[in-house]
Amino acid sequence: MKTFSIGGVHPADNKISADAAIEQFPVPEVAYISMSQHLGAPAEPIVAAGDKVKVGQLIANPAGFISAPVHSSVSGTVKGIETIKDLAGNFCKAVVIEVEGDEWVETIDRSAEVVSEIKLEPKAIVDKIKEMGIVGLGGATFPTGVKLSPPPGKKAEFLIINGAECEPYLTSDYRLLVECPEQVLIGAAIMMKALGVTKGFVGVEENKPKAIEILKGFHSKYPQIEIVTLKKKYPQGGEKQLIDAVVGRQVPSMGLPIDTGAVVQNVGTAFAVYEAVQKNKPLFEGIMTVTGQCAAQQKNYRHRVGTPLSKIMEVSGGIPENAAKIISGGPMMGKAINNIDAPTLKGTSSILYLTEEQTKRKPESNCIRCAKCVAACPMGLEPFLLNKLAKAKRWDDAEANKIYDCIECGCCSFTCPAYIPLLDNIRLGKATVMKIMKSRPKK
Amino acid sequence: MSTIIIYTVVSLSLLGLLLAVVLYFVAQKFKVEENPLIDTIEAIMPGANCGGCGNAGCRAFAEACVKAGNLDAQFCPVGGNETMKKVAAAMGLEVAEKAPMVAVVRCNGSCANRAKTTTYDGYKSCAVMNSLYPGDTGCRYGCLGCGDCTNACQFGAISMDPETGLPVVDQDKCTACGACAKACPKGVIELRNKGIKNRRVFVSCINKDKGAVARKACKAACIGCGKCAKTCPFEAITVENNVAYIDYTKCKMCTKCVAECPTGAIHAVNFPPRPAAPAAPKAPVTPAAAPAAEAKKVAEPIAVEKNN
Repeated sequence: MKTFSIGGVHPADNKISADAAIEQFPVPEVAYISMSQHLGAPAEPIVAAGDKVKVGQLIANPAGFISAPVHSSVSGTVKGIETIKDLAGNFCKAVVIEVEGDEWVETIDRSAEVVSEIKLEPKAIVDKIKEMGIVGLGGATFPTGVKLSPPPGKKAEFLIINGAECEPYLTSDYRLLVECPEQVLIGAAIMMKALGVTKGFVGVEENKPKAIEILKGFHSKYPQIEIVTLKKKYPQGGEKQLIDAVVGRQVPSMGLPIDTGAVVQNVGTAFAVYEAVQKNKPLFEGIMTVTGQCAAQQKNYRHRVGTPLSKIMEVSGGIPENAAKIISGGPMMGKAINNIDAPTLKGTSSILYLTEEQTKRKPESNCIRCAKCVAACPMGLEPFLLNKLAKAKRWDDAEANKIYDCIECGCCSFTCPAYIPLLDNIRLGKATVMKIMKSRPKK
Repeated sequence: MSTIIIYTVVSLSLLGLLLAVVLYFVAQKFKVEENPLIDTIEAIMPGANCGGCGNAGCRAFAEACVKAGNLDAQFCPVGGNETMKKVAAAMGLEVAEKAPMVAVVRCNGSCANRAKTTTYDGYKSCAVMNSLYPGDTGCRYGCLGCGDCTNACQFGAISMDPETGLPVVDQDKCTACGACAKACPKGVIELRNKGIKNRRVFVSCINKDKGAVARKACKAACIGCGKCAKTCPFEAITVENNVAYIDYTKCKMCTKCVAECPTGAIHAVNFPPRPAAPAAPKAPVTPAAAPAAEAKKVAEPIAVEKNN
C-alpha cells in the first residue's frame, strides 16, 4: 500500500460521525456572508442595503487575481454591509441578509439527475469555475480557477483528488464520497479536461473501505481515473505528501506542486466543480461535520454559507457541558473557535468539541534530544532546532534550516514526549522569516 | 629519570622563550593603531550591552562616537545625561541634555476592567498568542499578559502584576532602552518623557475600535469621545482612529483632561492627591484624621503607579 516517504504520525482515528448521512441544515433567519472566504484579497460587495437577492445571486466581485466572487446563499433583503467578527475574532466585512423564503436563481439546475457529459471547452470550464466562486475546500481555500491555470512554462501531467481526509474526526469528505461518488468523479473529469491531462487519481486512505469500494465500482465508466488506496498516516492529505504518496514525486523546497506535474484538488472541491459546471450552481453550500466524543449528536450537515455557528451548535444538541474547546477544522490543524456567533464560510469543515482532558496541554519539560520530532516531520526538517532558533530570534539560521518549508501540520508537537510546543514557536518563526524573505529586493 | 625531567623542563622553557620573542616582534610589526579614546569611552559606559542605543553593544557605541567625532546621533538611554556628559568630556565636546524617558504601559485592561472571553492554553508568549488570534479578551489592541516585555527587560524594571494581569514599570529601574516596546507585539508600551518630578499624563489605551465596541470590551477603554481634546488648553491631545493621544512635548500637565475622561482612560502619575473642591469650607483637621490623610498621601502615588 502506498504512502508518503518521510515522517508522519498516527493519531487515533475517531471518525465517530462516519455513519451519519449528510443532512440539509435549515436556512437561517439571518445570513452573514463574509467577504473573506478565500485566500487573497477580500471580495468587494456589489449589493446595498434594501436590495432583494435570490439564492445563488452574485453579491460580491473578486478584488484581484487571487480572489473569488461571493454568491448569496439565501434569498431575502440585504440589511447592510457590516463588520463582523470571524471565527478567530478578527474583524471582516460581511453582507447581512434577512431571509425571506427560499427563491433560487432560475439558471441553477436543481434536479437530482447526474449529468456526466462535459459540454464546455477547457477555457470555458476555468472561466465558469472562477465565475462560480469555487475555492479549494481542503482547508486553504485557494481559488480553484487560479490553480487550474498553471503558470506559463509549467505543464500539468495529472490531477490528484484528495480523499485522504487524514485529520482525525472529520468525515465530510468521506460522506461525500459515499453519497455522491459519481459527482466527485465527474468533477475530477471536468478539471482534467480543463487542465488537458488524461490521467487522474483519487487518493483514499485505507480506513474508508466503503468509499474505496464504491469508487472502484465506477472504474468501467471513468477508466481514466484511478483509485489509489493509501496507508493511513497523517498528514497524507497535505498537498506535497499526497503527491509523494500517489505518484512518488517530491515537490522541491520552495516549489509548487505543479513543478512535479501534479495538480491536487480536494473531494469537496471536485463536487463543487461538478455542481458549478454541470448544474450551474455557485459555491454557497458546504459540508461540515459536527462531532466529538462529548457531542450530543454526531452530524454531517450541508449548510448554507453564512449560517451562524451558534445556530448549528444549537440545532445539533447544544454545546456539551464538559466541552472545553471548540475547534473548526480537524484537531491537528484546525483553529479553536474564539467567537461562536461567527458565520460559516465556504471552507468551514467541522465543529469539533473536545473535553478538557482531551485538549489540556501538559506542562512542558526539557528536550531530551530523542529526535522523535525529526522522525515525524513530513518535510524532513528538524523541529527541535527550528524551535530553538525561533525562540532565540536567530532568523538567518532558521532560514538556512528551511523553516519556510514547514507545512504547520503539528506532527512535531504531537509526537514530542516532553510536550514542548514546537509548532507554536516554529509557526511564528516561519511567518517572520517569510516576511524577511519577501522584503528582500528580488534578484 | 631525573635527566628526562630536566631535559623536558629545559627544552620547553627554551621553546617558550623563543616563541615569546617571535610573538613580541610580530605584535610590534602588525600592531593595530586604535584610538585610545574608544577604551576610555567604553570604560565610562554602563556596560549593559543592551543595544538600547541602536549599536551592537557598549564598545560599538564607543566606536561609533569616536568615528563620528560628535555625539549628535548617539545617546545612551541607560546611562542617561550623566554618562553622556562624561563621554562628552572625554571627547572634549559639549552635549545638550536630553529629557529622561520612561516606558509607559498604555493599557487599562486589568482583569476587573476587561473580562476574559476565552482561555489561552498555548505557549506562554505574547508573540505566539498574537500570531494565533486577537487575544483572550474582547479587545484586540490591549495587553496580552504573557510577559514578553518582562522577559525582554535586562534591568528587572518591568514585572507582571498578578492582580491586574498587566505589566508594571519600575520607573527608578527603567532605563528607557526600548527593549520592552520592541518586544510587545501589540505596541502597547511607549517611551515617554519621564516628566518633571516624574509626573506624567498619558492615555492608557490604544483601542482603535469605535467607542461602543471598545467600551463593551473594556470598562476603562478610550472611546474616542474627544472631550479631553476639547478641554486641553495647549492642544496637546489629538483624537485619531477613535483613540486619544497626548503629545508629551506639548503637555503642560494641567491634568484637566484626567477629570474630563468619562472612562478614566487618562492617567496622571505621581501627582499629589488633588485637594478637595475649593468651594468646600475647610474642615478643622482633627488629630486622629491627620495621620490617615498623611498615609493616604504616601499611598496614592504608589496606587496610581500600579496602573501605569
